Amino acid sequence: MAEGIRDKVVILGMGCTRFGERWDMSGGDLLVESLTEALQDAGIEKKDLQAAWLGVHIDEINIGKGGTYASTAMHLPLIPVSRLDNFCASGTEAFRGAAYGVASGACDIALAIGVEKLKDTGYGGLPDSPAFGQEMVMIGPNATAPGMFAQLATAYAAKHKISMDRVKEAITHVSWKSHQNGAKNPRAHLRKAVTKEQIMGSPMVAYPLGLFDCCGVSDGSAAAIVCTPEIAKKLKPNDPLVKVKALQVAVSSGEEAMYDKWDGASVLTTRAASKRAYEEAGIKNPREEISMMEVHDCFSITELCTMEDLWISPEGGAPEDILGGFYDLDGQIPCQPDGGLKCFGHPIGASGIRMIFEMYNQLLGRWPEDRAVKDPKFGLTHNLGGVPNNNVCSIAIFGVD
Amino acid sequence: MVGITSFGGYVPRYRLNRMIVFGSMGWLNPVIITNARGEKAVANFDEDSITMAVAAGMDCLRGVDRSSIDAVYYASTTAPYRERQNANIVAGALGAGETIRTADFAASLKSGTTALLSALEFAAANPGSKAVVCAADCRLGRMASTQEMVFGDGGGALMVGDTDVIAEYKGSHSISYDFVDHLRGARTKYDRMWEERWIRDLGYGGFIPEVVNGLCAKYGLSPADFDKVVYPCYYGGARKKINAMFGEGEGKVQDDMLGTVGDTGSGHPLLMMAGALETAKPGEKILLVSFGSGCDAMWFEATDAVTKVQDGRGVSRWLARRAELDNYQKYLVWRGMAPPDLGVRGEVDKETRWSLVWRNHKQILGLVGGKCKACGTQQFPAGRMCANPDCGAVDQMDEVYLADKGGTIFTYTGDMLAASLNPPAAYGTVSFNGGGRTVLDFTDCTVEDLAVGNPVDFSFRIKFYDPKRDITNYFWKAIPAVEEVK
Repeated sequence: MAEGIRDKVVILGMGCTRFGERWDMSGGDLLVESLTEALQDAGIEKKDLQAAWLGVHIDEINIGKGGTYASTAMHLPLIPVSRLDNFCASGTEAFRGAAYGVASGACDIALAIGVEKLKDTGYGGLPDSPAFGQEMVMIGPNATAPGMFAQLATAYAAKHKISMDRVKEAITHVSWKSHQNGAKNPRAHLRKAVTKEQIMGSPMVAYPLGLFDCCGVSDGSAAAIVCTPEIAKKLKPNDPLVKVKALQVAVSSGEEAMYDKWDGASVLTTRAASKRAYEEAGIKNPREEISMMEVHDCFSITELCTMEDLWISPEGGAPEDILGGFYDLDGQIPCQPDGGLKCFGHPIGASGIRMIFEMYNQLLGRWPEDRAVKDPKFGLTHNLGGVPNNNVCSIAIFGVD
Repeated sequence: MVGITSFGGYVPRYRLNRMIVFGSMGWLNPVIITNARGEKAVANFDEDSITMAVAAGMDCLRGVDRSSIDAVYYASTTAPYRERQNANIVAGALGAGETIRTADFAASLKSGTTALLSALEFAAANPGSKAVVCAADCRLGRMASTQEMVFGDGGGALMVGDTDVIAEYKGSHSISYDFVDHLRGARTKYDRMWEERWIRDLGYGGFIPEVVNGLCAKYGLSPADFDKVVYPCYYGGARKKINAMFGEGEGKVQDDMLGTVGDTGSGHPLLMMAGALETAKPGEKILLVSFGSGCDAMWFEATDAVTKVQDGRGVSRWLARRAELDNYQKYLVWRGMAPPDLGVRGEVDKETRWSLVWRNHKQILGLVGGKCKACGTQQFPAGRMCANPDCGAVDQMDEVYLADKGGTIFTYTGDMLAASLNPPAAYGTVSFNGGGRTVLDFTDCTVEDLAVGNPVDFSFRIKFYDPKRDITNYFWKAIPAVEEVK
C-alpha cells in the first residue's frame, strides 16, 4: 500500500449550519453560513483559501452544475472550485479533494464545503432522478431509496436465519438511539426523543422499513478548512491538532448486482474501504480502537449492516450489539452521537462534512457533557451512496494528538 | 400436413364480479343488470393487448426452440401503436429471431382467425416452417355500458406448421361484410355499438350459420359432424339457436367463458380454441369460427399428437390463478378511466431514447442476457466485459434468452413511496435459474405472497407509459411461479 494520507493534513476549522427546513435560505445562503463559521473557527480570512472542493449531488434543484454558483454566492477570490458528485459520498469526496490538495503540496489551505437544498424539491424522500442513467430507466424498477435499502433487511434475515421481528427490534433500537442523541443537538433537524413503540408502529414506507426507519429530508451545509500540520501549529499554536488518519473510497464493480456471490445483506464497498482505512490509519482492531462513529444511517437497516461491514460487530452479531447498547452514547462505541442522518436529515452534499464536524468537535472536547464522548482517540465517518448493490462508500478516520 | 402444432392461452389474474359493476353503476343504467352474471377478467395495470398476446405466446411456445420460428402474427383491435409494428414487439418478447415474417392484423374481431388463416397459408407455402399467431384484446366500454359488463381481457395463441401437428387444418370458409355492430374511430377510446337485438339476430344469429353452412357445403360436411365447436357469441339466446344446428353432444360446444373471462375480442376465438385443444381427443373434428366484420370458419382434425401437448398449457391454469378485484375504482384507475393523484413521483417525465432502445432491444424485449464463452457465467444485463470478477473476458458473450428460464427471489420489498397504480410497488432482486441476477418489479402478487427463495416466472409487462409522447415502454417483471394444472 502506498504511504497514504495519515497525519499529513489537519482540520483547521469547521462550520455547520442548523439542518432542517430552511425555507428562508437558498443553497448559497447556507454555503455562506457554514463558510463563515469555518473561517471564524480557523481564524483565517477568505483570501487565505487557495482552493475549494464542493460537494453537491442533485444539481438541478439547488445550485446547478459546475462551481460558479457556489463561488459567486461565497464571493471566493478567483480560486479553483471543483464540484464533486459521488452520490451520498459527495461531502466526504469534497473533503478528500481538499485534503489531497494540501497533502500534495498543491495548496496550503483548502476548503471543503457541501450543500443541498432538498426542501426545494417538493418531495418527501429523495426526488426521482435517473441516477443510474437512462439504460436503467428502461429496465430497472421504479424504485426509491428506502425500497432498495429495505432489501438489505429481507436478505439479512434470510442469510442469518433471524426472524424479521428480531431484525425489526434491532433496527428500532438504532433509530431510538439516534433520536435520543439528536434530541440534545441544537443543530439537528429532528429534535424529539421518540419511544420504541412510536418507531415500531410508524407507517410502512418500504417493507420492513417504517417511517422512523428512514432519515429525514433536510437542507444544510457544512464546511471544513484543511491545511498541513505545520501551518496549523503556526496559526493555532495552543490548540490540539485534529489530524486526518485515513481517507478511503470504494466504488462497486458491478459484482453485487450482476454476479451470484454477493449475499445481499452486506455492503462490499464498505468492507473494502474500511479495511483500507484501518490500514492507512494504523488501526489493528477497530472494535477496540475506534472511539466513536458517524455512519451512513440513511435507513436503520443500513446502520445495522454497516456495524458488520466495518468489522466491528461479528457477522450476524449486529442485532445483539445494537440491542445490548454497544453503540449507544454511553456504550463502547457511540454511533451517531450527533443524532445521525436520522435526526439531521440528509442534504446529500453536506452530510459527509457534517459527520466530520461532529468527530472534530468531539475530538476537541467542545461538546457539553450530556452528549460528549469520553476521551475519544479515533473517530470514524462513513458514507454510502447509491444503492446496496451498486454504490460508493467513503470512510474517513480522524484522531487528535 | 399443415396444422396447429401448439396452443396457449392467457387470462389475467384479476377478476371483477359483474355485480360490483352493477352495484357501482346500476343507478345510472339499470339495464346492465341483464349482463351482471359471473365475473370478467381484468388486465392488471401493467398489462395491455401486447403483453397479453405475449403471455399467451409464451404459454404456447413452452419447450419450443425460439430460433425455429419463421413468422409471428399479432392480432388485436387495441394495439398500442398505429405506426411501429406491434408484432415486432411481440416477436422480440417471444425470443424469435430476426429473419422472420411479422405482421399486425387489426381492426376486426375476426383478425385473430384471419391471422391464423394467413399463418396456415404461410406454413403450407413454406414447408418445414413454423408460424405463431398471438391475439389479444383489452377493449373498453364506457362506465355503465353493456360493453363494460361484457368485455373481458385476455388472449390466445396458436403455433402452426407441418411437423408435430396436433390438429390438422382441413379447410376454411370466410365471409366479409361491412356490418357495423361495434365500432371505434381512430381517435376514440371507447367502443360504440348499435342496437343489441339487431346485432344478436342479424349479426351472430345470421352470419355464424351462414359461414358454417358455407364451409359444410364446400367440404361435403354437416354441422353435426363436428365433435367440438368453438365460436364466440355473448348472446345466450342466439347461442342456444346456433348450438342447435350442431346437434347433441357432451361438451360439444366449447364454453364461451362469458361468466369467467368475458368477451376478449380478437383473442376470443383463439382463447376458446386453446380451451378446446386442452381436452381434444385424437380424431376429433373441431370447428373454429370467429365473428366480427364477417366470419371465418375453419375445420381441424385432432391427431394422435394432441395428447403430448396437453401438459397444463391453455386456459385452465390461468382460470385457476385468479384474484378478486373487489374494487370498481381500482378498475377505473387501471384502465385510465379515472385519473388519480400519484404525487410528484407520478409526474416524472421519462423520455424514451430510441437509439438506446434499439441498442438494447434484445435485452429490453426478450430479457436476453449473456453467457461468457470463457468462464460460462450467465449474466444480465450482458455487457462487453464478463461480470465474473475472476474472469473479466472482453467480447466473449453469447446471447441467452432468459424470459422462459424462471428464477427465485433473492430479496424483495413493498414500496409505498414509489409511484404505482397498485401500491405498494413490489420489487426486489431475482436470481435467474442458471445464474445471474437483476432487480425486477414483481407483479400479479402482494408483498405477502413473496418470500426469499420462492420460485418466479417472468412476465412481459408495461414498464412505464409516457403520456406526453404516447409511448408505451415494456419490460419483464417477475410473477410468482404459475402452478401448472394437469
